[in-house]
Amino acid sequence: MKNKIRTFLTSQGMISFIASVASIAIGLIFGYILLVCFNSGQAFNGLGKILFAGASSAEKFSKVLYQAAPLMLTGLSVGFAFRTGLFNIGASGQYTMGTFFALYAGLVLKCPWWAALLAAMLGGAIWGAVPGFCKALFNVNEVITSIMFNWIGMFLVNLLMANIPAMLAPNADRTANLAAANKSGIIPKWGLDTLFGSDYINISIFITILVALIIYLILNKTTFGYELKACGFNRNASIYAGINAKRNIVLSMVIAGALSGLGGGIYYLSGTAQYTIVKSLLAMGFNGIPVALLATSNPIGIIFSSIFVSYIQVGGEAMQPEFAKEIIDIIISVIIYLSAFALLLKGVIRKILSMRKAKQGEGVSQ
Amino acid sequence: MSDYIVEMLNITKIFPGIKANDDITLQLKKGEVHALLGENGAGKSTLMSVLFGLYQPDGGSIRINGEDVKINNPNDANALNIGMVHQHFMLVEVFSVLDNIILGVEPNSAGVLKRAEARTKIVELSKKYGLSIEPDALIEDVSVGMQQRVEILKMLYRDNEILIFDEPTAVLTPQEIKELMQIMKGLTAEGKSILFITHKLNEIMEVADRCTVLRKGKCIGTVNVADTTVEELSRMMVGRDVQLVIDKKEMAPGKTVLKAEHITVPSRLHKNNAVKDITFDVRAGEIVCLAGIEGNGQSELIYAMTGIEKMSRGKLTLNGTDISKASIRSRSKSGISHIPEDRHKYGLILDYSLADNLVLQRYWEPEFQNRGFIRKAKVRKYAEKLIGQYDVRSGQGADTMVRSMSGGNQQKAIIAREIDKDPELLIAIQPTRGLDIGAIEYIHSQLIAQRDSGKAVLLVSLELDEVMNVSDRILVMYEGEIVGEFKPSEIAVEQLGLYMAGAKRDARKGLSDNEGGEGNT
Repeated sequence: MKNKIRTFLTSQGMISFIASVASIAIGLIFGYILLVCFNSGQAFNGLGKILFAGASSAEKFSKVLYQAAPLMLTGLSVGFAFRTGLFNIGASGQYTMGTFFALYAGLVLKCPWWAALLAAMLGGAIWGAVPGFCKALFNVNEVITSIMFNWIGMFLVNLLMANIPAMLAPNADRTANLAAANKSGIIPKWGLDTLFGSDYINISIFITILVALIIYLILNKTTFGYELKACGFNRNASIYAGINAKRNIVLSMVIAGALSGLGGGIYYLSGTAQYTIVKSLLAMGFNGIPVALLATSNPIGIIFSSIFVSYIQVGGEAMQPEFAKEIIDIIISVIIYLSAFALLLKGVIRKILSMRKAKQGEGVSQ
Repeated sequence: MSDYIVEMLNITKIFPGIKANDDITLQLKKGEVHALLGENGAGKSTLMSVLFGLYQPDGGSIRINGEDVKINNPNDANALNIGMVHQHFMLVEVFSVLDNIILGVEPNSAGVLKRAEARTKIVELSKKYGLSIEPDALIEDVSVGMQQRVEILKMLYRDNEILIFDEPTAVLTPQEIKELMQIMKGLTAEGKSILFITHKLNEIMEVADRCTVLRKGKCIGTVNVADTTVEELSRMMVGRDVQLVIDKKEMAPGKTVLKAEHITVPSRLHKNNAVKDITFDVRAGEIVCLAGIEGNGQSELIYAMTGIEKMSRGKLTLNGTDISKASIRSRSKSGISHIPEDRHKYGLILDYSLADNLVLQRYWEPEFQNRGFIRKAKVRKYAEKLIGQYDVRSGQGADTMVRSMSGGNQQKAIIAREIDKDPELLIAIQPTRGLDIGAIEYIHSQLIAQRDSGKAVLLVSLELDEVMNVSDRILVMYEGEIVGEFKPSEIAVEQLGLYMAGAKRDARKGLSDNEGGEGNT
């Protein structure tokens, strides 16, 4: 029995899980120290809010799910590319492009929500394809091209929106109200809003979980996934095996882009969010990186890590006004950042376990 | 004063799940070359790492010059005048030879480097021991042989008395190996003591005074090399009789399977062609060996044949079909199997399971997939069949991560995969590199079995023994050209070495005959 527990504890998945939980704990401790530094009187209260606000009411929890859905998709985008050996840092640009395509389809073309979501995927896919092609054909580092495409995408979208009057709210630099312009463009709620008592909730979380499962299937059960991962682990060996590595690089970036783009669509077709023309990149794309890291790029893990990150963010918002918004951002980033130490901790845990095993082995042999 | 300069007494070292060294005693006399012989995984490297302070033994003691010592880290080893040439050189590629030698012990006054002083000492040492080097050349620009001499000079510069050579000949050409043997003899003549780790028996016979044999972590014994034979040593190492000479029956080659005409491949490293207008053929039931020292275009030629590299000119015909422009996959489908030279870089996906690696060339076949979904159960069953049939050993069977397998078993997995494809032409590049004698014997027998079943085999090798024993026909490559073609029975090993080194070349008979034949048709 004891042995059974030990083999369970030392199994790959379990080590990953323990590492993730441990790094989250470290992140929270560090966050608490920061809270004490900024406002010692309210520190304990603040930590309580980070930890429990997200689950304090159905309304708050619906906010958690509402933000988790797009985060899950950018996380899947980064994680999927990772599995193919590509670092998709361009999720933000793909997300912005997806947003534009979705809103254009919804506000201007008056498409139903599902068609607008498909448009969002198309927009993101195009924005992912370019770095993919550059990498496959000219061996240009995808990190550099996708960073540049973040900025190009953001400014292009701002420029286009500013010149399409139908997309903007009157006399404002944010997009028009989707509900007023095209009711069918809003993602349905299926009565969840009355159940949770919140406008934020809709079926997007189910869509994204379904997408995560599909990505899991593609990566682990199909020949396509076999090829993609082969390219990621060892490009030379996959070429040797006759796998078209260049095609796979492009496809991988296209799919990653489509996932990010879908994230943009999911968020802005909710009817509760409006895109604002600002000169900074959307954080949702970058937050996909820690979400993917925290889950070691495992699609099923990303479902949970994105909900966790969203949960912490909602908790952070609840800390106002005792803490300034900027301080909350710092603390959340510290927690997320340290949470991404999961990989590092994984090695440490494995080492400790094997050392203990070795000691026990000696005990037996003596 | 003791007879022995180093004594490792009853050393035991335990790793999780394995006793790497079990009560091993090794005594090195002053001024001798002492060989440490054993298969991969026998515990040689562990033992040397204990001596060098990289591991702490769980039992036993170490004496240097008769005094008990404790070696906690490589610095302690250095202080005791122990030096080591690692199998993979520890050199800074972009530093000069001189800077690499003095690295870590730079002579200086108040922080200012005194290179001139160092240079004098290094030049003196290199003359004394016959180690020719170019002090100002960058490491990345000099030959592997010179890099090794730099490693040796590093030890001498530090006045090391005890020199450990960890499989030093694995990366050298036959000529360089000969030089190294001379250098080792010179070093012992000057009073240095050498520990020589190897699994090549001929080298031990040539240079070593005594030899300690390890097997599976245990010490089998220490023998005087003068009183022993290659056969006895191999028996001690493997634990059973090993066939050193391969039993091979005569075969009459059949129809031409592969025809390569005027193959020209540009080099990735320089502007010249790596392969220059090569023409040859391989027939059914024949092992053709491309012999040559590394870097003479063999790899590029094979890559061009398998489709990994593009040829700028030439024509490849497999069983009458032109495959010059075919993709890698379609060449593989039409019957070419390829055992690549670098099993980690090309042959395997180390982070995939053994089962996934065994279907690397066939996962797309209907047997293993259904509408794009991999049939895991079929893959597993197939993998288990191959594992049994080719005796691939691993910790967790088909689920083992290939990264955790030993080199010999990784190679067996590749061979199982490539041979089970039932190819028309089997291409093997240095299939025995870095493997121990048991695994080599196995791989040779597999190659010959392929030949006997009427397949064409193209073997690329730089091991003279392998070239002479396994092949039916030898093509010697030098600087991208074929400089000689022989039957193994027609040529002596020494002659072959000269061809490989570029000191001799023939105008090829076979080539002109072929061309004449073509002219007539």
